[in-house]
Amino acid sequence: MSDAPPVRPAGPTRRARAERAQRRRATLIAGASTLVVGTVLVALVASAPGWDEVRESFFSRADFTAAWSDIAPAFWLNVRVFLTAEAFILVFALLLALARSSRSPVLFPLRVLAAVYVDLLRGIPVLLVLFLLGFGVPALRLEGVPNDPVFWATVALVMSYSAYVSEVYRAGIDSVHESQRAAARSLGLTSAQAMGYVVLPQAVRRVIPPLLNDFIALQKETALVGVLGPIEAARQAQIYSSREFNFTSYVAAAVLFLIVTIPLTRLTDWLLSRQRARVSGGRLA
Amino acid sequence: MTGPTKLLFDTVWKSFGDRDVLTGLDLAVAEHEVVCLIGASGSGKSTLLRCANLLEPIDDGRILLDDEDISEPGLDENRIRRRLGIVFQSYNLFPHRDVLANVTLGPRRALRVGRSEAIERADELLARFGLADKRHAYPDQLSGGQQQRVAIVRALAMGPELMLLDEITSALDPELVGEVLDVVAELKDGGMTMLIATHEMAFAREIADRVCFLDGGRILEAGPPEQLLDEPGHARTQRFLDRVRRHRPA
Amino acid sequence: MARRTTALLAAGLLVLAAACGDSEDDEDSSPSTEEQDGSGGDDPVEAESTANCSRDAMELVNDGVLTVGTDTPAFPPWFQDDEPSNGEGFESAVAYAVAEEMGFPAEEVTWAQVPFNSAIAPGEKPFDFDINQVSISEEREEVVDFSEPYYETNQALVGFDDSPAASATTVEDLQSLRLGAQVGTTSLDFITDVIDPDSEPLVYNDNSSAKAALDADQVDAVLFDLPTAFYVSSVEMEGTAVIGQFPADAGGESDAFGLVFGEGNPLRDCANEALATLRDSGRLAEIEQEWLSDVVDAPVIPVG
Repeated sequence: MSDAPPVRPAGPTRRARAERAQRRRATLIAGASTLVVGTVLVALVASAPGWDEVRESFFSRADFTAAWSDIAPAFWLNVRVFLTAEAFILVFALLLALARSSRSPVLFPLRVLAAVYVDLLRGIPVLLVLFLLGFGVPALRLEGVPNDPVFWATVALVMSYSAYVSEVYRAGIDSVHESQRAAARSLGLTSAQAMGYVVLPQAVRRVIPPLLNDFIALQKETALVGVLGPIEAARQAQIYSSREFNFTSYVAAAVLFLIVTIPLTRLTDWLLSRQRARVSGGRLA
Repeated sequence: MTGPTKLLFDTVWKSFGDRDVLTGLDLAVAEHEVVCLIGASGSGKSTLLRCANLLEPIDDGRILLDDEDISEPGLDENRIRRRLGIVFQSYNLFPHRDVLANVTLGPRRALRVGRSEAIERADELLARFGLADKRHAYPDQLSGGQQQRVAIVRALAMGPELMLLDEITSALDPELVGEVLDVVAELKDGGMTMLIATHEMAFAREIADRVCFLDGGRILEAGPPEQLLDEPGHARTQRFLDRVRRHRPA
Repeated sequence: MARRTTALLAAGLLVLAAACGDSEDDEDSSPSTEEQDGSGGDDPVEAESTANCSRDAMELVNDGVLTVGTDTPAFPPWFQDDEPSNGEGFESAVAYAVAEEMGFPAEEVTWAQVPFNSAIAPGEKPFDFDINQVSISEEREEVVDFSEPYYETNQALVGFDDSPAASATTVEDLQSLRLGAQVGTTSLDFITDVIDPDSEPLVYNDNSSAKAALDADQVDAVLFDLPTAFYVSSVEMEGTAVIGQFPADAGGESDAFGLVFGEGNPLRDCANEALATLRDSGRLAEIEQEWLSDVVDAPVIPVG
C-alpha cells in the first residue's frame, strides 16, 4: 500500500471509448432510420390521391410569397399586442396572487375581490370579454374613455390572462416551504418583508416554465384582436384566402406564429430540464 | 458568572389540538447562563423554543423577557424577535441568496442598518467563525456543518440578547458536529445567554451551566450537568439517559 | 445529444421541403375544368336541357326535395325573422320562385343552414343550390358554379348622421376616414381597391360586429351592399343613414348575386332556365320591387 495519490491512466477511459463508439453507431442507425421513414412518408403523401390539390391549395409557393408580404407587416400588430399585454399581465397577476395570499385582516376585502375576479375571468371565454370591452364599453361613449379596438383587445387579454397567471404565481408561493417564512420572521422581518425578500424570489424562479407556457398561449391568442376590426396576421390571411381562393396564406400566418412561439417553447423545455437536474444537489431556485 | 433572570417561563401551557405538549412548565434562564434541554422527541423542547420566539402562541401562562411579558396577545412580535436569535435543526438558509446576503438581510431590512455597516458586521462574524472565504458561496455549495454555522452567524448578526438553539446538530453527519459545537462554545465564552435543546450529552456536559430534563410537558428534573447526567434523582431521567447512551455513549 | 436531434430534425425537414415543390413545376393541378365550358351563357339546346331538367332526371342531395342552403341569421331584406321557409324576403321569394319553375312546389323545398364561407369553398355540398347574397366572382367560379345573376347591386356606405362621413361627396372625402367592412366580401375589396383610404380598413367577421363598431365610434362608415345598407340604416341603427352609394360602373365589379352550385352540378343549367323564365315574365322584377323597394333613395358618389 503506497501513500502516493492514485494516478489515472493516460488517454480516454475504457468507458469513454466504448460510449463514443456506441454513440457513433447509434447516430448512424438513427440517420438511416430517419432517411428510410422520411422517404416512405414523402412517397406515401406524394402519391396520395388529392395530394396535388392539397399542395396547390395549402403549400403553393407563389401564394406563400404573395401572402407573406401582406401578412408579415400585419403580424407586427400581434407582436405589439403580446409584448404590451405580457408586461401588464406579469404585474397584475402578481398583485392578484399577493392579494389572495395575504393574511392581514385589513386586506380582507382585497382578498375577496381578487378571488372573485379570478373566478370570473377564468370562467368567461376570452372572446366574450373582448366583445364586452371592445364593443360594449366604447358604445357607451363615456368622456375620456378610449375607444381604440387595439387598446380594448389588449385590456381584454390582460384581464383574462392575469386570472390564469395569478394562479401560477400562487402555486409557486405555496410551494415555498413554510420553514423559509418562519426563518425570515424569526429574524424579525415583517410578513411583507418575508414575502418580498424570501418567499417571492424563490416562488417566481420556480414558476418560470409555466409562466412561459402561458406567454406562448398569449402570443397565439392575439389573433383574437382581429375580431374587433384591426387587421392582424390571421385576419390578413383570411382576407387573402377569400380573395385568391387559396389557403396557403393561413400556412404563412402559421409560420409567423411559429417563429415566435417555437424559440419560447424550446427555452421553456431547456429551463425545465435544467431545473430537474438542479433539484438533486443544485441551487434550489 | 450569571446575572439576573433574562428569560422566564411561568406556568406555560401549550397544546396542539387535544395533544398537550407543555403542561404548566416553569423555567428561568439567567443572563449569561447556558441551559440545555434534554428529553425524548415530542417532549416539547422544540415547542418551548418556538414559543419563546413567538413563532407559536402559548395557551396559558406567561413568558417574560427581562420582566416584559412577551407572551401578551397583540404584542408587536417583530420587535421581540429582533431581540432573540433562533437557529433551527434544518438551518433554513435562504437558497436564492449567497451567504453574505443571508447574513445581512435581517440587519438591513429589520434593523434598517446601512448596507456597508451591515456588510462589515457580517464579515466580522463570518471571519470569527471561519467562514470568511465562503461569503459569496450559495447555501447548496456548502456542507451541512458550514450551513449551520452560517445560520448561527445569521442569527448573531441581529445582535440578539439571547440565543435559542433547537437541536442544531441533529441533522448533521457526525464528523461535522464538532465544528458547530465549537461555535457554540465560543459564544458561551463571549457571555451569550443560551437555551439549547440537544441530544448530544457530551456536549451538554461540557457546555451547560444547567441541564433540564423535559418529560410530560414540564421540567421533571434540573441541575448541573455532572449531577443530572451522572446521578439523576428520578427513575425516568435515568431510563432516558440509559436509552440515549445505548446509541451514543456519553 | 441535442446536437444529434437537431441534425436529424433538419434532415427530416429538408426531405419534407423537397416534397412541397413549386407549383410552377407541375402541370396545372387545379381541379379539372373540363366539365365547365366557362361560358355563363344560356344553354341554346332547349330540347336536350328540358330532358335533363325533368324532375326524375335530377340528382338531388335529398331525394324528393329541393335542398336550398343559406346562412344564419337570415335577415332582411333577404329573409324575414331568420326563417327562410316562410317565403318572405327577397331571396326567400326568389328561391321559392326558382324552385317552383324547376318543378318543386313550396312543400317540396327544404332548407339547410350553411355558413357563407363553406358554401363558396371547394368540395361536396349539402345543398342543391345556395342563396345567400353571394357575389359572382372569377376566383369563386374556380371552385363552385354560379347561376345567372338574379340580382345586381352596388356598394353603399352607412354612417351616423353626424359623422364626418355624412358630408362626403367624393372619394377623396372618404379617404381620410375610418372605413370598415365584413371580411371576404366585395365590399372590402371595394374599399381597398377603389376608395384606397389613408388608414387600413377595419375588417369584421360579420355585419353584427361591423355595426357594433359603428356604434362604438370605432369606424366612421361601413360599406355594405345597398339593400343591407338600407336596412341597417333605417331599421336597425338609429341615427344612421345611407351616406352614399357607388354607381354600377365604379371600378371593380358591380356586384351580381348568383345561386351557388357545387362544381359541375347539372342543376345549374336547370336553374338558369328557371331564372330566364322568371326574368322574361317580369316576375323577378316584381319580387325585387316588393322586397327591395325604396332602395334608390340614396345619393350616388362619383368615382374617378
